Parts: sequence; C-alpha cells; structure tokens
Amino acid sequence: MRSVLDLIGNTPLVDVSELSPKPSVQILAKLEGQNPGGSVKDRIALSMIEDAEKRGLLSQGATLIEPSSGNTGIGMALVCRIKGYKLKVVLPGNVSIERRQLLELWHAEVIDSPAGEGSNGAVRMAQQLATQHPEWVFLYQYGNPANPRAHYEGTGPEIWRDCPEITHFVAGLGTSGTLLGAGRFLKESNPRVQVWAVEPPAGETVEGLRNLDDGYIPPIFLDQKGADLLDRKTVVGPGASIEWTRRLADLGVFAGISSGAALAGAVKCASSIERGTVVFVSSDGGWKYLSTGAWTDELDVVVERARRIIYF
Amino acid sequence: MTEVSLPNLLRPHAGGQRSVKVEGATIGEVLETLQAQYPGMSGQLVTADGQLHRFVNVYVNDDDVRYMDKLDTKVRTGDIVSILPAVAGG
Repeated sequence: MRSVLDLIGNTPLVDVSELSPKPSVQILAKLEGQNPGGSVKDRIALSMIEDAEKRGLLSQGATLIEPSSGNTGIGMALVCRIKGYKLKVVLPGNVSIERRQLLELWHAEVIDSPAGEGSNGAVRMAQQLATQHPEWVFLYQYGNPANPRAHYEGTGPEIWRDCPEITHFVAGLGTSGTLLGAGRFLKESNPRVQVWAVEPPAGETVEGLRNLDDGYIPPIFLDQKGADLLDRKTVVGPGASIEWTRRLADLGVFAGISSGAALAGAVKCASSIERGTVVFVSSDGGWKYLSTGAWTDELDVVVERARRIIYF
Repeated sequence: MTEVSLPNLLRPHAGGQRSVKVEGATIGEVLETLQAQYPGMSGQLVTADGQLHRFVNVYVNDDDVRYMDKLDTKVRTGDIVSILPAVAGG
C-alpha cells in the first residue's frame, strides 16, 4: 500500500444470517465503513476525482465544490487532502456534528445550506455557487457517471467474487450510484439477481419543500434508467432503522443508521422469498452517530431526534 | 376506506391533516378521489395525461407502487398508503 487511497474498496462481507427471518435465506453485509474515510463514498470520491484528472479538469491546487449530506464530502475531503486540492462542501445544517468535524479536520470548507431544505437545498445552493464561480470544479455526484462507475468496477465485482450465489442485492438509495453501478454489474453477471432499493421517509423530516416541483431525481438515475433496473423500492423509517442498527451491534457489527435501514430492507426481502442469499450494503460505521444516542438512549427519544437529523 | 398519509407540502390542501381516509380499490382510484375531494391537490398527484407526477412517490405499506403495479396497484382494507415527494440524499 503506497497510499491511504489504496485502502479504498475491497471491503469485507460478513454473514449476519442470525438476523434472517428464515434459515433458508442467508443475509450478508458488505462493510463499507471499513473504507479509510469511513464510508462507501470514498469509492466515488476517488473515482470522480481521478476521472476529472484524466479529463484535464483539475490543475494543481484546484478548488472543488460539492453538495453532500456528509459522507461524499468526507470522502472527497480525504482524497483532496492527499492530492493537494481545495474543497468546499455545501452541507445541510441538520447533519450530525461528527460529519462536520471530519470535514474540518481534512481542511474542507463547510458552507451551510438551509437546514429546512435538506439535501435538495444543498444541491440547489451548490449549483448556484458553481454557476457564480466557474473557476471552481463541480463534480456533482448526482449527475456524474463516475459515481455509478465506481460501483460497477468495484463494489459489484467484489460482491460477485465473494458471493456468486447472491440472489438479491439491497442498498440505500441516495444518489442511486450504488444501486445503478453494483446492481447493473450483478444483473449482467446473473440476470436473475434482484435489486432492491431502500430509502428514508423523505418529506416527513426536515425538508421544507415549497411544492412538488421542488422535487428532485438524480440525473444519473434518469440517464441510466434506474427505474428499469430496480425490482423493488421500500421506505424504512427511523425507528426500524435504529432497531436493526442495534441488532447489528449485538453481532459485533458497529454500523451507521442507514445500515439498519438497509438491513430492514434485506429482512423484508428475506421474508418474501423461500430461499436465497441477500447481500446488503452497510454504507458506514456507527462512529459518526454516537452523538445521536442511537445505541444508548430511549428508542422514542432517538427516533424523534432522528426526524431532525439527516442520517442517510 | 384507506388511510393515506400526506407529506408536509400537501397538508395545507387538506386543512392541515396529516392523513385522510379515502375510497379506492387501486392506487389510481385513491389518488383521483384525493384530487377530487381536495381540489388544491388537483394535477399534483396524477397529471393530465393520467401518469403519476414525476416528483411524487406513492407507497402501499412502504413499497413504492412504481415497482409494483403502478396506478393499478391494489389497495386492500388495512393497507396504509403514503405519499412522499422525491428528494435528494447522499
């Protein structure tokens, strides 16, 4: 390993079938929290930045700007720090404190977007700022094919290598990169593999959308026909997410809250089939969520708090 | 009668209620009934061409109907229908 960046990817799969509703259905977790920046987003941070370098978009000491609810910003902050670029992250005000701290320790500049507008607001603000500052490079994780490509070339092949018996792939839907990239690779490897998306109950929390036309669908999802690729899409609320995250901790897997949501989706999938092997993505570790009391406080209190903090 | 939970931005059209009960055997019927009962929602759920609004996600018991039978997805007694706007994440 010549660089920390070489540690990105090749994450472990761990068997958590103890949590499966049926002995005939295995459940495996891909632990993306093992990446050096702490999340699956390290993959796309490296992929998008290397892609930009190949296309000659990044001069020495260039400045990048990116909207992120945290993990992509953190992954990019790590990669930029090592490669010598400057980074500005547009962050919704209502993310856990640890996300902000990690960005700052890797010298990213945090620009707050209105807490009441969630990630939609961060995207809007980043687009406005990028238009006003054409000298900044805006890689735009929601529209950049290097995002799903990282999963098509990394996450998907790793799962296939480690678990060729996979029947169902379950992952969280954020930018849609993981589902599009890994999902497409797995379906190409075995057309019978099903791809299930899990999402948080957006709109119930803090997003103050003014009207439905303020809605947002990631351009890569539309460009790569995500609606044709997905077999199922399920909402998992904060209560179930936290309960399942706690159950993972009981097995020694210390994962973030969205991992609990993905596991809940995997369990729902397992309940609906006779036999199979369900692989889900655990996007990050639990470290950034300790301040939310997700493992220590009364569930009702944590759920209420989770309605106001972005954990996805 | 099916309980339909409404996102924040549609609640003002239903007198501020978080959820309402409407008739309908399919999602299409439920949405048409909603739009008829609460005219402020007209065109916001099902557009003029009979399609689900692109930025609206509708779920039956937490499953997105776009990946079930879309507007033909059956709604049974006790099912919970949720309407959520499409938003960014990550």
